[in-house]
Amino acid sequence: MARTRKPRLAVWKFASCDGCQLSLLDCEDELLTVAGAVDIAYFMEATRGKVSGRYDLSLVEGSVTTPHDAERIQDVRKRSRRLVTIGACATAGGIQSLRNFADVAEYASIVYARPDYIQTLATSTAIADHVRVDFELRGCPIAKHQLLEVVGAFLAGRRPVVPPHSVCLECKLRGNVCVMVAHGTPCLGPVTHAGCGALCPAYDRGCYGCFGPMETPNAVSLSGRLGELGMDGRDLTRVYRTFNANAPDFRAEGERHAP
Amino acid sequence: MPRKTIKRKTIKVDYLARVEGEGALKVVVEGGRVKSAALSIFEPPRFFEAFLRGRAFTEAPDITARICGICPVAYQMSAVHALEDALGVSVTGPLRDLRRLLYCGEWIESHTLHVHMLHAPDFLGYDGVIDMARDHGDAVKRGLALKKAGNAIVTLVGGREIHPINVRVGGFYRVPTRRELAPLAESLERARDDALGVVRWVAGLDFPDRERDYTFVALRHPDEYPFNEGHVASNRGLDIPTSAYDDHFEESHVERSTALYSRLRDGSGAYLVGPLARYALNFDRLAPVAQEAAREAGLGPVCRNPYQSIVVRAVEVLHACDEALRIIAAYEPSDRPAAPVAPRAGIGFGATEAPRGLLYHRYRLEKDGTIAEARIVPPTSQNQACIEDDLANYVEGFLDLPDEALRHRCEQTVRNYDPCISCATHFLRLEIERR
Repeated sequence: MARTRKPRLAVWKFASCDGCQLSLLDCEDELLTVAGAVDIAYFMEATRGKVSGRYDLSLVEGSVTTPHDAERIQDVRKRSRRLVTIGACATAGGIQSLRNFADVAEYASIVYARPDYIQTLATSTAIADHVRVDFELRGCPIAKHQLLEVVGAFLAGRRPVVPPHSVCLECKLRGNVCVMVAHGTPCLGPVTHAGCGALCPAYDRGCYGCFGPMETPNAVSLSGRLGELGMDGRDLTRVYRTFNANAPDFRAEGERHAP
Repeated sequence: MPRKTIKRKTIKVDYLARVEGEGALKVVVEGGRVKSAALSIFEPPRFFEAFLRGRAFTEAPDITARICGICPVAYQMSAVHALEDALGVSVTGPLRDLRRLLYCGEWIESHTLHVHMLHAPDFLGYDGVIDMARDHGDAVKRGLALKKAGNAIVTLVGGREIHPINVRVGGFYRVPTRRELAPLAESLERARDDALGVVRWVAGLDFPDRERDYTFVALRHPDEYPFNEGHVASNRGLDIPTSAYDDHFEESHVERSTALYSRLRDGSGAYLVGPLARYALNFDRLAPVAQEAAREAGLGPVCRNPYQSIVVRAVEVLHACDEALRIIAAYEPSDRPAAPVAPRAGIGFGATEAPRGLLYHRYRLEKDGTIAEARIVPPTSQNQACIEDDLANYVEGFLDLPDEALRHRCEQTVRNYDPCISCATHFLRLEIERR
């Protein structure tokens, strides 16, 4: 009987901190099992061995910030049967998308003595702004259990089960006291996509939105409440402009309060 | 048969594997001599130092963590120390101990990742850890368990292992109870035994016999093996407070790299930061169990062979396990999770020991606590010149190897530094050229 070929997994990096691909290596209990179920065909952070050709599942970390990367993502798409973005950079442009609200030439001159050596685009954009994406996994960083769910769902040929509700629901499930109601601590939980397990409120701090906007968030209403808690326009712009600054819902709400 | 004369040969690695980030290297050999060795960093720049301007000081620990997913705690620690310096805040007692505990977790996690997944495959002849696991399953499983013990510390104290959420200027948002820390101690007892096993395992690897007289730069603290605090010291007599860092070190920008090069201003040039430097300057501060393991592994109080950095990393993991156990045993929770912090104008300096070496931050704050200027010098940009010097000096002795083996040896020479290219690129700033 012919042996079935194991699905080929590739992990790609664009502009990022490497943390989301590290999540795979951080699956200490599952890593060897995953490695047994798939053929890790391209994963430069983990191995110098490379299998060229086509891949069954590509996990893409990072955002597109250079002319070269804008071309490279096209090639990655062509060679991938399924393409899943992992993390806030790949899904929303990441913290480096703060350049989208500024002058990138000025940024380069602040950081580099010779800005003319630097090749960069004026914007940092999500992978879905460039190619078709089969699934977007959120988080800065992604949650390990969700990554395993995505890989497992792919192997089983089904859609991943990743709830799109807000962090508020996770707080209720976890039994957290609401930090905004009980302590008046500003919290982005009501508009932020679930996935972290309501981590920040469990540590007595407000959510800072690292999983990006949930489906159809009511950010206008939340901003009104945050204003009552003492935040001014600059504070409000700052809270929406962090790791998911370029996600459309956060982008719009940040712009609405920009001084 | 007469040995074939090598005329001109170029060794290129277009995309270095098993490092954090994107880099390439090029070594040119002419007439049996290395003519040039260049490490190029093509990681796209992300401009952290630019967009930190105008942010609130309270945001810096969360934002700078995103420079590197492998060592976010280091960024958070250098940021909070620099900002507390600017704001005149001192964090002491149990809150300081908790920071050290968190740092132990990151060292264990990051070093164990490098030792097992990134570096050991070079010595044992595998492309990566997955292939290596087929023949060295027990060693890999022990490594994964050890890494998990480190991550468990970061997860409990920091909230999660990558980009922890519990660190803030002044301390933490919430401090753990003694009871919450107790299970960590159990897993760390086992981890300490495992770490000793790892030291013995890596001590038995086959090391190329190569040494140079490095300038080592690391923190030096009166009582502790350095994590968070100390003077910036070298083996050539440098001993300065962090606030004098910019007077002694400078960075420059070359076309092939989106990372900057650091050099000593006194003209002595390249220097080395990271495990070899920390170890050489602070051997006497290591826990007794780590000193003994180092001796047993055949290391003296100074190790100048960068290929043996894998052994020094393992010794530091053992030290970090022991230190974490000591901190947990003595731990009494603080009454409040953070020292009070009020905004004011000022300049602050902070340097801590990231797993890869000294990580320097400087901030200038406006009266309301808004960041006016930020400067960050990560370990890999400090090591960049040293890595190239190693290639230039060591590769000549390997020229008899066939091309593929030689290329592999060059890669290994770079990986001795556990370079974090994501870090090195994401800020790197230099002085303005004036004409």
